[in-house]
Amino acid sequence: MLQDMQLENIVGEYKEVTLNLYGSIPRKIYYTDIETPYPDGKLIVSTTDKAGIITHVNQSFVEMSGYREEELINAPHSILRHPDMPAVAFKDLWDTVNKGAKWQGIVKNLRKDGGYYWVKATVIPNIRNGQVVGYTSVRRKPSRTKVNECIQLYPTLF
Amino acid sequence: MSYTFTVSPDFSPNYLAGWYIFNTWLQIQTGEAIHFELYDDFQAQRTAIQANQIDLIYANPFDAAMLVREKGFLPLVKAEGISDEAIIAVNANNPVEDVAQLSTGIRVAVTEDPDVHMIGMIMLEAGDLDASNIQTCFCNNHILIVKNLIQDKVDVGIFLAKAFDDLSNLTKKQLKILVRSQISVIHHSLMISPKLAERRTEIQALLLSMNNDDKGKNVLNSLGFNAWAKVEDEEMEFMIDLMDTLII
Repeated sequence: MLQDMQLENIVGEYKEVTLNLYGSIPRKIYYTDIETPYPDGKLIVSTTDKAGIITHVNQSFVEMSGYREEELINAPHSILRHPDMPAVAFKDLWDTVNKGAKWQGIVKNLRKDGGYYWVKATVIPNIRNGQVVGYTSVRRKPSRTKVNECIQLYPTLF
Repeated sequence: MSYTFTVSPDFSPNYLAGWYIFNTWLQIQTGEAIHFELYDDFQAQRTAIQANQIDLIYANPFDAAMLVREKGFLPLVKAEGISDEAIIAVNANNPVEDVAQLSTGIRVAVTEDPDVHMIGMIMLEAGDLDASNIQTCFCNNHILIVKNLIQDKVDVGIFLAKAFDDLSNLTKKQLKILVRSQISVIHHSLMISPKLAERRTEIQALLLSMNNDDKGKNVLNSLGFNAWAKVEDEEMEFMIDLMDTLII
């Protein structure tokens, strides 16, 4: 179960909003305008089960998200969901991977401290013996041009 | 019955003798006749794999999906503590300090090594560069990339990090690293074809204990590392999925 964000973890001036994850699960979000730059040369890697529950994260995921590994394992991947991300982007993600295809997009992720970081995300289904058993998501550094395009575009998709 | 062993064509020439010695060690340990075959390039090697002419391979991660999922190869081991990382470098006199400052149309030198090329392109992507807006100059080896950079015949070089690190200090002083990958989970692997599947556990055990005696240690040293580490099936599947997400 995804808990509300905790005020004591938030760094800097924040805004408050309640997100309805998966259309029905409310989560109180505190978010700030503080961006953490994507580190050069690194990949953020995670895997989830079919329901989107995190089963593996690498060290870069831990460092960029601000959560401890034990807080991330068994948490829904939507723990990273930022209120500036339009729901339609994630609908497109799930529609694509459920068809067995690769999804790519520029995503603004929410940190434990309320800050954010931009990534270029790629998600693929993990197929073992012909069955989808989960998903692998790999994030890399996005170009600033692409990020700026999304900063303009995403507010129009709500 | 005779088997054929091959090595990814991106191996360093420094270790050529080492691979021949390793093949001899493998024949003695397994009691099998194993022919060591080298291919000039990746395409020639892939053709041989498709024709089922290869039984053991020290494979580039780029070819792992094809080997495992199309040809039924099984992973055995990887070089302990060694992963495939790439470096983006420019001439030391180049004022550029960050990939984001590179311009479209630049000349990028790279070897045919497919995973290093891929990792390098991912790092250039952060500067809005891709195959469509750069000039790619393929070089036969990393020394030629260095030469082209120093002579200003290219603007950027993509190197296997290990190859760059092994350059002399004098050479490195003439170059400047813009970015070094820190991926950690992409690596070459020694694999066997389904023909040898029944002997997998036995061969794996031989390799994993190779560093326990002086003779085995010397062979490993001639390959540039100290020990083999086991690669589980799921670890290989994970790397194949990861590579799949990275292929642009």
